[in-house]
Amino acid sequence: MFPSQFDYHRAASVAEAVELLSSLPDAKLVAGGHSLIPAMKLRAAQPAALVDIGRIPGLADVSADGDSLVVGALATHAAVADSAAVRSGCPMLAETAAAIGDIQVRNRGTIGGSLAHADPGADYPAAMLALGAEITAVGAGGERTIAASDFFVDILTTALADNEVITSVRVPCVAGGAYLKHRHPASSYAVVGVAACVGMDGGNVGSCAIGINGVTGKAVLAGAAAAALCGGPASADRIAAAAGRVGDAFDEPLGDLYASGEFRAHLAGVYTRRALAVAAERAG
Amino acid sequence: MGRYVGTSVKRVEDPRFIQGKGRYVANIQFPDMVYVAIKRSPEAHARITRMDTSAAAAMDGVVAVFTGQDFKDGGCGSLPCGWLVPDTKVPDRPIVVTDRVCHVGDSVAVVAARTPYIAADAVEAIEVDYEPLPTVVDARGAMDEGAPLVHSEIENNVSYHWALGDQEACEKAFAEADEVVEIELVNQRLIPTAMEPRAAAAQWDAASEEMTVWTTSQNPHPIRLLLSAFTLGIPESKLRVISPDVGGGFGSKIFHYPEEVIVPWVARQVGRPARWVATRTESQMTDSQGRDHVTVAKLAMTSDGTFTGLDVETWANQGAYLSTFAPLIPTALYITLLSGNYKMPGVFGKVHGTLTNTVPVDAYRGAGRPEAAYLVERLVDLAATRLGRDPLDLRRQNAIPKEDFPYQTPVAFLYDSGDYDRLMTTAADRADYAGMRQAQAEARAEGKLRGVGVVCCIEASGPAPSAVAGSLGSAVGFWESGEVRVHPTGQVSVFTGSHAHGQGHETTLAQVVADELGVPIESVEVVHGDTGRVNFGMGTYGSRSACVGGSALVRSAEKVRAKVLQLGAHLLEAAEEDVVYDRDTGRVHVKGSPESGKDFGELAFAAYTAHNLPEGMEPGLDFVSFYDPANFTFPASSHICEVEVCPDTWEVRILRYVAVDDVGKVINPMIVEGQLQGGIVQGVGQALTEIGAYSDDGQLLSGTLLEYAVPRADLLPGIEVDRIETPSPHNPLGVKGAGEMGTIAATPAVANAVLDALAPLGVTHIELPLTPERIWRAVQAAGNGA
Ligand SMILES: Cc1cc2nc3c(=O)[nH]c(=O)nc-3n(C[C@H](O)[C@H](O)[C@H](O)COP(=O)(O)OP(=O)(O)OC[C@H]3O[C@@H](n4cnc5c(N)ncnc54)[C@H](O)[C@@H]3O)c2cc1C
Repeated sequence: MFPSQFDYHRAASVAEAVELLSSLPDAKLVAGGHSLIPAMKLRAAQPAALVDIGRIPGLADVSADGDSLVVGALATHAAVADSAAVRSGCPMLAETAAAIGDIQVRNRGTIGGSLAHADPGADYPAAMLALGAEITAVGAGGERTIAASDFFVDILTTALADNEVITSVRVPCVAGGAYLKHRHPASSYAVVGVAACVGMDGGNVGSCAIGINGVTGKAVLAGAAAAALCGGPASADRIAAAAGRVGDAFDEPLGDLYASGEFRAHLAGVYTRRALAVAAERAG
Repeated sequence: MGRYVGTSVKRVEDPRFIQGKGRYVANIQFPDMVYVAIKRSPEAHARITRMDTSAAAAMDGVVAVFTGQDFKDGGCGSLPCGWLVPDTKVPDRPIVVTDRVCHVGDSVAVVAARTPYIAADAVEAIEVDYEPLPTVVDARGAMDEGAPLVHSEIENNVSYHWALGDQEACEKAFAEADEVVEIELVNQRLIPTAMEPRAAAAQWDAASEEMTVWTTSQNPHPIRLLLSAFTLGIPESKLRVISPDVGGGFGSKIFHYPEEVIVPWVARQVGRPARWVATRTESQMTDSQGRDHVTVAKLAMTSDGTFTGLDVETWANQGAYLSTFAPLIPTALYITLLSGNYKMPGVFGKVHGTLTNTVPVDAYRGAGRPEAAYLVERLVDLAATRLGRDPLDLRRQNAIPKEDFPYQTPVAFLYDSGDYDRLMTTAADRADYAGMRQAQAEARAEGKLRGVGVVCCIEASGPAPSAVAGSLGSAVGFWESGEVRVHPTGQVSVFTGSHAHGQGHETTLAQVVADELGVPIESVEVVHGDTGRVNFGMGTYGSRSACVGGSALVRSAEKVRAKVLQLGAHLLEAAEEDVVYDRDTGRVHVKGSPESGKDFGELAFAAYTAHNLPEGMEPGLDFVSFYDPANFTFPASSHICEVEVCPDTWEVRILRYVAVDDVGKVINPMIVEGQLQGGIVQGVGQALTEIGAYSDDGQLLSGTLLEYAVPRADLLPGIEVDRIETPSPHNPLGVKGAGEMGTIAATPAVANAVLDALAPLGVTHIELPLTPERIWRAVQAAGNGA
């Protein structure tokens, strides 16, 4: 568990981080270090240099902005889980953050790092998709905003350029949301994690979005299932029927020693049903 | 009962542990120390066609790079096996391979460097070309016609065959049986996963030619013996082996490992102290692993439910080489336990020890006994289902009655004492078994999958009468040494050949000696784990330290008392028969006049001043005893587990876990409860989460703790622990082993509960661990469920 040799730089500002990333060969950002450092200790990652953004001021703020929340890239999972603004504005986001790893992981890991790492078993991605979050990043060419649905490209791959730094995430406030996961007994990552958002329109479901991580290489939206729930009441039968459609979202379910792709797909159906029921209840 | 034995004295070792002041091998540090790292094979079976160490050797900070040939040429012998049943085929196990690797993790080359970082870089810079060879990983498949051979000289990959029992009575039982239940099961491979990874450090004194080795061992003396006689070749008189604080072993730190040879050899070679600490990944692929049986078995009974015979055939995976005690585990610690707690005339078992391209398998907490208990207790549940009987009731019907002790089983063991019926009724009362069954019926009526698992299990602990061990294949004896050294001030140092790595011997053995001598516990210090300070001893495993190690100390304390009494009588100018040794106070006084007496401290001082000793008495007050037990001890347990299985995610939730154990007399109830709780959690781990899995080509699929699921606190509710006591008649303390009983009973208790929960869905068997997917598939295969 000894990483190979690397240089260490601490960036004082986002601009400096971008500058270091652009100029140093084979450099990587480090934030909470809870994905990158373990990979380096296994020598699965061997960057020549680390650019530590962990102490850049202002990047860890979490605040409400009208109908949205703005979460700084350095906000730890614990900070998001405990934030009053998040808990009241978007309970599902707090629930997602609280479901990550264990206390130590939540105290160190950051939302920016989790999204940039794009682990198939990470919890945030499903929530970002279901909520329709927007990710703000700064690169050599300035700032840009990327929709969550464009952000996750493949396993451990995002739309970020090599020298881009996530600075914040804008998350719409959604009352009717829920995130539920099946925890891996060893790693505690999501074997399956389902983020469901339900908006009621009178007695009927007016809007619905379902994000799922863990099943495939990247988090996906279960569009067919979500569409199936809209336009009628959020009854147990209709929820079950909608959840029965999640399989459409997976082309190639992943399998491991603990759970095959087939079983993950099964679990996705179960957790979708449960998450939709909670989300609908919260939607009122 | 004395003042301390039987009470929950707080552990004297805890203040240093909870303050981070423990001293582990990884804390051993010298200014000019080199750090050792080992190049490991990524292949399960391959010929090494080329190795180039030049780039590694040229790196700045690298002190030396060694290959297998260097170790061979440098006088290192192969690792021996310490337990050989008749006709055992023992593959050669070099310290570092020279031309062929036999499992993932096999050592290929060794680096010594100025820092552990440089050492790791250098290991990466060593180039090795492998020509892959065919692999075999399955215990039973290894014996198939045409299966690839792990070692070409060992036919069919069979290391040994072994059988025990009354085959004739067994055949008769099946010929006459009214009912027979059969099972085929896998007892999956487990990875012990002690908190502290293995480590070794060494310092060579070129002037005195003395070598000191620190190693994370459960038994430093046997390691010194093996290093001296087989692997390193330094005389025992010049070799000191120290096992300082050790962070858990669970059996995996009994064995003699290559690194214990590599590190001192390197230290002498480079003339600098050396240290190696396993990474977690290395531990997963090099610590000897546990279990890994495939078994076919059947149980015969009469229509009224009386068990008459058990027939067992097991294929035991021994891995690529025979680890130090490997053949012992599936033979004399497994087949011998197949009678369980039951009266059965016709028990017969045979085992085939096979070699595969996997990490060697040896003792892991319970070692052989959990495999027996899981098999027997599953069969008993199948019998109950077949007969339409309550499983607790059927167990009580067949349990060996307490009047029958000592009880001779058909598989060699003579059980010492027990009261299995009381054990089971105590568990049933404590759990409110009837209430649990009622609640189960109600839950089932609501469509819930509620189950109750009951077990009654046996263990053989406290190995072992040395002559018996020798007749069964052991190369060593299993007695224990214990020295009680009273200093002139009356302070006492106790030296035990057993070793604590979490068990709390510094507390419990002090309790024993303080009571034996009648001195305050604060004046008793327990020393262990250092061949330079302690008499030769056999170490700790098989739940033996109290039974065997404690007994040795009782013998020495008795000798101290006898001498003190004699000296006291002399100084009090009384006849020996007229004085008493008061074990509450440690004072010797004339009968009937306590005020006339002499304190323990005074008498100790008198023994050392030697101004006025009785005729013929030697000065000093220091006694050693070597205690060879007359028999194993036989703890027993009845555990009841209540579970609910979620009918769509198929997760198992344990609602209650009640454990009633009989570990004989209890020295420290708090420590015993801790041992049981920890043991139970490990047994639950085997039932629900843990599996050391290999792909067909020998890759370890659970090579990190991202895949290998050690149980966490949230897997279980609070465990309710209770006990009964039937003292062992074989040792002066009346104790039985407490370290493994929990592990042995918990696996079948949970498995029985889960299968009871799934019974309405027609599921009768699922291989461990009972993960949601395995349950889901079993339910589907039974034609039920979503
Ligand atoms: C034991 C354990 C259990 C865990 N369990 C879970 C779990 O259950 N669920 C879960 O979701 N996660 C889990 N994690 C992962 C954890 O949430 C990580 O903290 C998170 O994935 C990464 O965040 P970080 O700040 O630690 O990132 P780092 O490790 O510092 O970085 C990760 C990657 O992101 C890049 N990066 C970091 N910050 C930025 C940024 N602002 N802009 C662009 N790129 C950036 C880095 O260059 C690196 O490639 C677990 C981790 C551990 C060690």
